[in-house]
Amino acid sequence: MTRLVLSGNSAQSYAARLARVQVVAAYPITPQTSIVEKLADFVADGELPAQYVKVESEHSALQVCVSAAALGARTYTATSSQGLLLMHELLHWASGLRAPIVMGVVNRAVAPPWNIGADHTDTIAQRDTGWVQFYAESNQEVLDTVLQAYRLAEDLAVRLPVMVNEDAFYLSHTVEPVDVPDPATVDAFLPPRTPRAVLELGVGARVGSFTGPDHYVEFRRQVARGLESVLPTLTEIEVDYARRTGRDHGGPLPTYRVDDADAVLVTMGTMTTTARKVVDELRTQGRKVGLAKLRVFRPFPAEAVRALGATADRIGVVDRSYTFAGLGAAATEVRSALYGRTGAPTVASFLAGVGGRDVTPQIVHRMFDALLSEPGTGPAWMDLEAEREVTVRG
Amino acid sequence: MARLTIPAPELMHSGHAACPGCAPALAMRLLLKALGPSTIVSVPACCWTVIATPYPTTALGVPMLDNPIEATGASISGLRAAADALGLSDVRIVGFAGDGGTSDIGLQSLSGMLERRTDAIYVMYDNEAYMNTGVQRSGSSPKGAWTTTTPVGERSHGKAEPKKDILGIVLAHRPTYAATLNPSFPEDFVRKAERARDLRGPRFLHVFAPCPPGWKYSSEQTIAIGRLATDTGVFPLYEVEEGTCRITRTMNALKPVAEYLRAQGRFAHLNDTDIAEVQAEVQRSWDRLRALARSAERPWPPTLSPPTPA
Repeated sequence: MTRLVLSGNSAQSYAARLARVQVVAAYPITPQTSIVEKLADFVADGELPAQYVKVESEHSALQVCVSAAALGARTYTATSSQGLLLMHELLHWASGLRAPIVMGVVNRAVAPPWNIGADHTDTIAQRDTGWVQFYAESNQEVLDTVLQAYRLAEDLAVRLPVMVNEDAFYLSHTVEPVDVPDPATVDAFLPPRTPRAVLELGVGARVGSFTGPDHYVEFRRQVARGLESVLPTLTEIEVDYARRTGRDHGGPLPTYRVDDADAVLVTMGTMTTTARKVVDELRTQGRKVGLAKLRVFRPFPAEAVRALGATADRIGVVDRSYTFAGLGAAATEVRSALYGRTGAPTVASFLAGVGGRDVTPQIVHRMFDALLSEPGTGPAWMDLEAEREVTVRG
Repeated sequence: MARLTIPAPELMHSGHAACPGCAPALAMRLLLKALGPSTIVSVPACCWTVIATPYPTTALGVPMLDNPIEATGASISGLRAAADALGLSDVRIVGFAGDGGTSDIGLQSLSGMLERRTDAIYVMYDNEAYMNTGVQRSGSSPKGAWTTTTPVGERSHGKAEPKKDILGIVLAHRPTYAATLNPSFPEDFVRKAERARDLRGPRFLHVFAPCPPGWKYSSEQTIAIGRLATDTGVFPLYEVEEGTCRITRTMNALKPVAEYLRAQGRFAHLNDTDIAEVQAEVQRSWDRLRALARSAERPWPPTLSPPTPA
C-alpha cells in the first residue's frame, strides 16, 4: 500500500490502472479532463499497457467501450454532464449487451445555463438505463469503488455496466490522502475478466441481434436478473475487499447514529460529510438525529431503506438535482420503498446544492429543524436565495 | 477455361431475409468471400439488421455485432482496440453500413475512425435512400429521385438536391485505400475487397447497391441496372491507393444516362430536360475523374506533412 495525495479524478485514473484496463476511450469535458489526461500519461509512460482510443465524441467513447467489451476486453471511460447525456443511447446498448464497462462520471450541472458545478441531474437522468450507480463521498471511496465496480460488473451473475460518480470539484479537483493498494493486492482481488457470450473468431454468431415479442421480454428479464444480483454480490465483494485492504464502505446505504434516531437524513455524495458533522453537533445537544448515505442508487436498496424505516419516525431525503417531478428523485424512491408499510415514517423531500451551490452546515441544520418540527410533503428548496429569486425573472 | 477469381467458400448462407434481387445481400456475400473467415462485422441499423435474420439465427458464418445507426466508425475502432489488446493479430474488422447510416447520421463517427487511422474496413452499401424504414430520402439519394419523403406532385419533382459525395469526404481524410465497388462486376469487386484486406489502416469501400422495391424495378434487373450505372458513368469504378487514383473500368464512350434512368420507376417523372441535365452532370464528373486518374495529383488537399503511414 502507498499513501498518495490524490484528487477524486486521479483516484479514478489510479484505480483504472490498478484494474489493468485494456481499452480506454475518452472525449474531454470539464471537469472530467484530468482523469483521461492522467490515463494518457500512464499509457505514454508505459505504466498502463492499454489501447487508448481518442474519439470524436462521448457517444463514440461509449461505443468504443461497448464494442471492445463485446470482444472480451476490460474497458474504461469517463465523462460528465452533457457528455453523459449524449451517451444516453449507448447506455442502453451497454446494459442490453451485458457489457461490463466501468465509467467514471463527474457529476456536473446540465445546461442551460452553462454551469460546471456539482449536480446529480446528469446521472439521475440515466437511472433507467440498466447501469449500476455508485455515488462517492471521498476520494478514497472513489478509488475503492472503481476496483469493486470491475469485480461487480464482471461477476457472471451481474454482467452489467457500472458508473462510479463523484461530485464536480468537491471531489474531482480537491486533493486528500488516499491509500493506494499494491498491484498484487488488487490482482488477487480482481482477476482478469472471464468473458461470456462475446464475439469469437470463426464462430457465426450475432451479438445484439433483433427479436420480436417472442424473445424480447426474456432478454429484458435477464438484464433485470443481473441488476437483482448486484446487492448480494456487492456484499460478498466488500467483505473480500475489506479482508485485503482493511476498508469497508458499508454497502449500499451505510448509516450513522440511526439506532434511536427520531429523524434521519438521507444524503448522496459529498454533502454526507457535512451532514455527519451536523448530526454530531445535534447529538451533543441531545437531539436524536441520524444519517444514511445513499451510496448505491441503482439498483435502489429498497430493503435497506425499509430496515431504516423500521426505526426512524421521520426521514428527510436530500436531492442534489431537480428532475421536474413531484419530489426529488431519491425521495421518490425512498417513499416508494416505504409505501404501504405499517407505521412507515414520514418522508420529506429536500432539494439542495443544485448547480454546485455549497451545502453548508446551516442548510443541513435547517433540514433537521424542518424534519423535527413539521416536515411538509415537499419538495422543499432549502438553499434558495430569497432576494435573487425575486430578481431572476422573465 | 477461364480461371475463377472469386473464392468458392461461402460465409453468407441461404435462408437470409433479403428481398429478391437485393444488391446489399450480394455485396456481403462477395465481401466475405474476399475477406475470409477471420473477420468480424459490425452492422448498424440498416437493411442488414434484418437480412442477417432474427435471434437466435444468423445468415453469416462470421461473428456479427449490432451497433446503433450513427456509431459504426466508433464500433470498429473499439473492435480493433480490443483485438490489439487481446493479441488477436490476424483479424479483419469490418463496418458494414448503409448510405444514411454512413453519409448522414454516421458521418461523425466515420470521420473519427478515418482520422484516428483505425485499422479497419468501412463498407458503405449505397442503395441511395433509407430503405429499411421504407424508402425515405438520404443525403446519398440522387437528384430527381422519387422517395417517400421526396414525392412527385404539383410542387415537388423528386429530390431537389444533388447526391452527397461521400468518397470525396472520405478522401479528404487521406485513407490508405478507397474504392468504388459494384456487385454487377464481381471480379472487380472481389479484387478490390482483397486489396483492402491486404492493406492496413483505414480503408473505405463504396458499394453500389440497387434496390428493387426502393428504386421501383423488377428484381431480376439488379445486375443489369448495376452494369448500366457504371457504363453510363453514374457510378464509375475506380480506386485510390496511397493518393493515386486509378479507373478500373475504362470506357471510351459513356452509354446515354437515359438508359439507366428510364429503367427505374423512381425516375419515371423526369422529362427530357431533366435527363439532359443529369447527362451533363455525369459527363462533368466523369471528365473530372479521368483527369484525376491521368494526373499525378493526389485527390486530396496538400499538407505540410505526409499522411501518417498506417
